Amino acid sequence: MSSFSVTEPSSRTKWFAGTLVVLYAVITMIPLVWIALTGFKSPADAISYPPKYLIGGDSDTSFTPTLEGYVNLFTTRTRQTPEFLDANPPETWADEIVRQYDMVIVGPSKFGERFLNSVIIGFGSTFLSVFLGTLAAYAFSRFKIPLADDLLFFILSTRMMPPIAVAIPIFLMYRQLGLSDTHLGMILLYTGVNISLAVWLLKSFIDGIPTEYEEAALIDGYTRFQAFYKVVLPQAATGIASTAIFCLIFAWNEYAFAVLLTTANAQTAPPFIPTIIGVGGLDWPAIAAGVTIFLLPVMIFTILLRKHLLRGITFGAVRK
Amino acid sequence: MAEVILQNVSKAFGATQAVEDITMTIEDGAFVVLLGPTGAGKTTTLRLISGLEKLDSGSVHIGGRDVAADTPAQRDVAMVFQQYSLYPHLTVRDNLAFPLRSPILKTPEDVIAKKVQQIAEILQIPHKLDNKATALSGGEMQRVSIGRALVRDPQIYLMDEPLSSLDAKLRADLRVELKRIQSDLGSTLLYVTHDQIEAMTMATKIGVLEEGRLVQYGTPKEIYENPKSIYVASRLGLPRINILPSEIFPGAHKGAQIGLRPENILQSDAGGDGIEATVLRSEHLGDQTRLHLDVRGHAITTLSDPHQDYAAHSTIKISPQNPLYFDAAGLRVA
Repeated sequence: MSSFSVTEPSSRTKWFAGTLVVLYAVITMIPLVWIALTGFKSPADAISYPPKYLIGGDSDTSFTPTLEGYVNLFTTRTRQTPEFLDANPPETWADEIVRQYDMVIVGPSKFGERFLNSVIIGFGSTFLSVFLGTLAAYAFSRFKIPLADDLLFFILSTRMMPPIAVAIPIFLMYRQLGLSDTHLGMILLYTGVNISLAVWLLKSFIDGIPTEYEEAALIDGYTRFQAFYKVVLPQAATGIASTAIFCLIFAWNEYAFAVLLTTANAQTAPPFIPTIIGVGGLDWPAIAAGVTIFLLPVMIFTILLRKHLLRGITFGAVRK
Repeated sequence: MAEVILQNVSKAFGATQAVEDITMTIEDGAFVVLLGPTGAGKTTTLRLISGLEKLDSGSVHIGGRDVAADTPAQRDVAMVFQQYSLYPHLTVRDNLAFPLRSPILKTPEDVIAKKVQQIAEILQIPHKLDNKATALSGGEMQRVSIGRALVRDPQIYLMDEPLSSLDAKLRADLRVELKRIQSDLGSTLLYVTHDQIEAMTMATKIGVLEEGRLVQYGTPKEIYENPKSIYVASRLGLPRINILPSEIFPGAHKGAQIGLRPENILQSDAGGDGIEATVLRSEHLGDQTRLHLDVRGHAITTLSDPHQDYAAHSTIKISPQNPLYFDAAGLRVA
């Protein structure tokens, strides 16, 4: 027998593929690493040339990490007279950091609030999209629905034009309905955009679950809904997890509608972060700090659901 | 346990008539086997009784009650699927306990534990109880699937070829075990199989289906010895019954075709009575010998004494015994 095998790649192929994957990962990671590093630089280090990318040390390309960016992100500050500064010694480590620019912290910034808005709207609309999408997908997959194909096509057709094309009608409708600048309004809007993706993705997952499981559960003394809940849902976990990630990424990153429809009350983080630019010069470390924090929830969410994604489509115990 | 009555039951899927006008009574405590080739409507009949399919016409009574409007859960039937659909996200133990935990049964956990253990021992899988259902071999999955029905005490057990993917030894063990459980508990059981030995040994009654119609319903002995048609006669018997034009044999002909079971053909040496047949080959199976013969251009199979050894191409004489006569359309005439 030769060492050639159709199913098992040779060690050279594996090595080559591995190198490609690592290279690709490194290239895609560079901007993220750069943003994370910038968040810990002083404003001067952030724009210095040659760029500084080593932490600590005293070479040309190294910088001393500081929490300045994070302090600036979370606080509002004013410049004070030397007399005032002398009379009020700094109380916290954050005070110390802003003192070097003759400033004092006067209160928290809006970032925390905006970030919380993002969490409420992003996760709220993701939950609603996946919840409604799962029920609709199950119905389309299992029941005889009149005009099912046309309905499915209609659902898909809502994604055929860019959502922003209907921005002005939506803006006017939202103003009439009192949904402008509300959490509910944004949750409904993002759910509306995501629902078609959710229905189509989940339908294909549920189609792949043999109906024998539900039939067995029906015979075993369960109602249709209990069979759905106890037998179909656990097996659709993979599909639900990946659909949820897609929905969250869209709702989390959405910028155009957020700029248009939210201002003081329900503004999310994406339109807020660029406004930091306007506060007395380009504060790159604060922006980078905001972006780093903004990235974390989606990252954590994806890592938490990773187990379900990696599991892939498990082979069931139905004989075919 | 209860009596199940089907009355003029019909079901079509699009243009295909899956079940047509079936009327049969499955008595309380009976073990009824449905026989028929693929597509004869056996599985559809089970699904109609269980409520997984809706009747087009006719009625199903379980324990004297018309169940037309009942859900499968309300009908209180247990079913073993041909695709032994175990819940892949559960362990074997939870699969077996699943029906007992249903909102209809709501069995206390200590009773569940006892029943599950008991069934697992009968099915020889107690060491697999904590495995995931997907981590089992095909035969083990099928046993769990049978177990999931047996933990319950339903109105009727419906089993769709439950032993088909087991190895011969386990199959024989479980066949005896199933029959024992059924007669101990007095359970009513409707069982679909292709296997003649299962049908003959377990059934109190056999129903033969042909293209959705119930063509004969009776005890195994009746079906075997007194079939209504060539179709029914060919369902049972191994090797299969030989069908020949009756004019091959001299004597009174009561029909166009004659049916001879392999054991009903008397053989004698070339000098004996009967008509001539040429030995094509003989197969020694240990307990029996099968003779493949050529009779005037027709191939037939018969059984002979295991110690008798006929050489190929030798000529013997054969004569019929207890022949069955059928008309040209295959219906029994005598």
